Amino acid sequence: MLGSYSETEYGDFQRRLIILRMGLLLVVALLALRLWHLQIREGAYYRDLSENNRTRQVLMEPARGLIYDRHGVLLANNVPSFSLYVALDEVKDREALIEKLSDLLELDPAFIRKKLGGKGGKLLPRKIKDRLTLRDAVLIESHRLDLPGVMIQVESQRNYPGGVTASHLLGYVGEVSAEQLEKPEFSDLHQGSIVGQYGIEKSFDRYVRGQAGYKRVEVDAHGHEKKAVVVEKPQAGNDLYLTIDVRLQKLAEELLGREYGAIVALDPTNGDILAMASRPAFDPNVLSRELTPKQWAEIVQDEGRPLNNRASQGQYPPGSTFKVPMAVAALESKTVSPFSTVTCNGGYQFGNRVFRDWKTTGHGAVNLHKALVHSCDVYFYTIGQRMGIDLMAEFGRQFGLGQSTGVNLPSERTGIMPSTEWKKKVKKEPWLPGETISAAIGQGYVTVTPLQMANLIATVANDGINYRPRLVLAVMDRVTGNLQELPAVPRGKINAKPETFRLIKDALADVVNVGTATRAKSSVVTIGGKTGTAQVAALRTGPEESIPKKFRDHAWFIAFAPVESPKIAVAVLVEHMGHGGTAAAPLAKEVIEAYFKLNEGQSAGTTDAPAADRIGATSEPL
Amino acid sequence: MIDRVTEARGFDTFDLRYVGLIVAILGIGLLSIHSVTHDQEGGIAPYYVKQIAWIGVGTLAFVVMWAWDYHAIARLAYPAYAVVLFLLVFVLFEGRTSKGAQRWIALGPFSFQPSEFAKLVLILVLAQYYSKAPRVGWLQRVIVPGLLMLPGLILILKQPDLGSGLSFVAVYAAMLLMVGVRSQALGIALLFSVMLFPFVWEGVWGALHDYQRQRIMAFVDPSYDPSGKGYHALQSRIAIGSGELMGKGLFGGTQSQLKFLPEGHTDFVFAVYAEEWGFIGVLVLLVLFVSLIWLSLDIASKAKDQLGALLAVGIVSMLCFCIVVNIGMTAGMFPIVGIPLPLVSYGGSVTIMSMASLGLLLNVKRRRLSLFY
Repeated sequence: MLGSYSETEYGDFQRRLIILRMGLLLVVALLALRLWHLQIREGAYYRDLSENNRTRQVLMEPARGLIYDRHGVLLANNVPSFSLYVALDEVKDREALIEKLSDLLELDPAFIRKKLGGKGGKLLPRKIKDRLTLRDAVLIESHRLDLPGVMIQVESQRNYPGGVTASHLLGYVGEVSAEQLEKPEFSDLHQGSIVGQYGIEKSFDRYVRGQAGYKRVEVDAHGHEKKAVVVEKPQAGNDLYLTIDVRLQKLAEELLGREYGAIVALDPTNGDILAMASRPAFDPNVLSRELTPKQWAEIVQDEGRPLNNRASQGQYPPGSTFKVPMAVAALESKTVSPFSTVTCNGGYQFGNRVFRDWKTTGHGAVNLHKALVHSCDVYFYTIGQRMGIDLMAEFGRQFGLGQSTGVNLPSERTGIMPSTEWKKKVKKEPWLPGETISAAIGQGYVTVTPLQMANLIATVANDGINYRPRLVLAVMDRVTGNLQELPAVPRGKINAKPETFRLIKDALADVVNVGTATRAKSSVVTIGGKTGTAQVAALRTGPEESIPKKFRDHAWFIAFAPVESPKIAVAVLVEHMGHGGTAAAPLAKEVIEAYFKLNEGQSAGTTDAPAADRIGATSEPL
Repeated sequence: MIDRVTEARGFDTFDLRYVGLIVAILGIGLLSIHSVTHDQEGGIAPYYVKQIAWIGVGTLAFVVMWAWDYHAIARLAYPAYAVVLFLLVFVLFEGRTSKGAQRWIALGPFSFQPSEFAKLVLILVLAQYYSKAPRVGWLQRVIVPGLLMLPGLILILKQPDLGSGLSFVAVYAAMLLMVGVRSQALGIALLFSVMLFPFVWEGVWGALHDYQRQRIMAFVDPSYDPSGKGYHALQSRIAIGSGELMGKGLFGGTQSQLKFLPEGHTDFVFAVYAEEWGFIGVLVLLVLFVSLIWLSLDIASKAKDQLGALLAVGIVSMLCFCIVVNIGMTAGMFPIVGIPLPLVSYGGSVTIMSMASLGLLLNVKRRRLSLFY
């Protein structure tokens, strides 16, 4: 019968099972014998080995990638520094150690306790302090016998040779925080790992971070290193080549001087950020260090808010610079023709309210050209009223207002491009007709960032083709040595006729030639631009000088050059400096002239991609 | 048919002892896993909690394999083998790679190892094959089952997973021996293996990854040690040896707590246990394992038909092989081939597979008294 035994097979099977049992017992007896040999006969020997032969896993932090400007000038590198570590498993009396360390290094005991209690296995030494002074490092080394488990390690420390130069752009680094460690993108990091906390260091962290390695270190009972086996080599992060030209960047920063404000220079043909200055600034070398709570509070509470990147995070009313997109909107929506005129007698009556022109005597009969050149408010009140806020908002959005430019920097602000829908949603109130009139000259609810305005004027200069502002030109892979260029990213095209842009650019050129921005007139290159004066306080009385500075107007100037085939677009904002034509226009002129002087000899504006021969060559620090 | 009238019986004291042994061994495993991982991040949950979850799934597998008539299960052997082969092919292309080997199929946050399940399926296939008809002559007894095993073996070695591949061959050999091979057939088989050995060796050695070759070389010659692989074996020996008679106590194993042993919760969990519980603890675990296997062999010897007997023998020999090789490699008797300790090591696939196998064993016993022919 299938599946069952025959008598003889059954018997055979039982016999074999008995053999199997014997075999099993024999093998298990052998195992037991071996274990007896290991644990009983040689147990004492192995116990000795286990006590004197501790293995410790030591992390090897990777070197962060270097950051260069577009010409290969070094902006961020790494320098050696002493760090203090404690190996927990060798600490017998934790409180005694805390006391000794706090005495020697003048540190708060609570701070050390917190550091020792951080997350991670028992095996992973805890970093207590970095950037030890040489004196402290020597002090610790000389007390080493009293400080079991304490180690001084030489590590690479982030260094910014330029100090405050481009600090908002570069950002700074710091220890990964407990909250960050919970997130998946930081899963390969450990307590004490360094990550970018601001600026490019943060937004491009995954490129420059590198990968930690570790080594296994055998130490004897006295804590002396006997043998180190590198299990995994750390892998250095990749190098970044930025789009900025550090010479232009420094100039922009010097031009702002002690004033608060921002200057952004873009290449309109591809969106490259050539300079992005924000003042006041901070020293990233200081912020990349471990700050005491007091130092941190000082920086955060500073009235000038130095950590704020005014170029991408400062939101200001655009003032008359807003007339540029409004002019495009009016022409494209056929609200006006280039020839139709509005009579300006210094004010615009709406209901029982009069909206005043900045020129109380009025501009007379103005067409679009003249309205832009002399920044006639009444003309724009009129066309704003005709277009209505929603049509204005549609064009504003086409120019990227009220939305992120997509620049790869943390916490970019979007500003506000108001509309009836916006007001209903955000303010829970209906739109008032008078608000349209303020909005038409870039006041009221409208706010923008300097980066958005630079992007806007670049779009106009480029006949409506818009690029996402780009910060990183190329990434060099440290492993393969490959230079990967990050391409320019087109974002869209303004829905307007070339004729419209020609008209607008002609007018903007005349703004500089004969209009409100004659101070931007250059002998080097033709410049087109638009001034703006953004009101801070609604009601102003008396002359400018008598108003407290914090209520004075912000000065705007947005510009591009050369007018014929633009290679650079600039937005300047200076807080509380009054007139755009006086305070902002000269700065834009300086930046533009410097740009053309710096790029003399080459066809101005061609992207000077980091040539392969530059890479690896020692670049002089700033 | 006999199968239809088979009558299942309920639980008795034998079953209680049997389940008691399993629970005790699982407990030892959990304790050691917790000890070595208690200060580690385990992902979504600590390792011991995840292991409890695996044991929960394993219990389900155990009950299913126990409750469902093993004749019916065996009838699914060939389709199941086809599925396993498909998964083994799939894992080569889509599998998750870890330590140079592509063994895992990712399932959301988890991953499972088809090669573990392939072992149990192979047992089913061979048992079904031998019991379906009287297999006579060396062709039917040796070559055909060998050809049945071959595709799975090749795919597993390709991953490469030397440990699972060896257990595959061990299961085949054990079942071959239990059905009996006439000396003539055995002689021919041996002759063939000897003749083919150089080719096989070339193929096996060439297919190995560097780390595997290094492990084997480190075993043969501990001074051959370019990057600390023999060091790994040495530290495992130090861990076991330094446990001495009484052990260092729970969480007291300096060698394992300091995590010089990678895979301290998986393949090297025995070293962790031996360090913390000493020779006494080791003997307890060995007695538990031997008792479990002893009871399993009782089941084999009293199985009511050849299918049941072969299933039992296959399962017992697979578990024996894994236990002996794992303990042997941690104790430095064998090269490190990467076989987990069943019921003790951390791991979903191996835990579920082991518990399913034991459920199947109890299934064989459960039906043995009914209609004994």
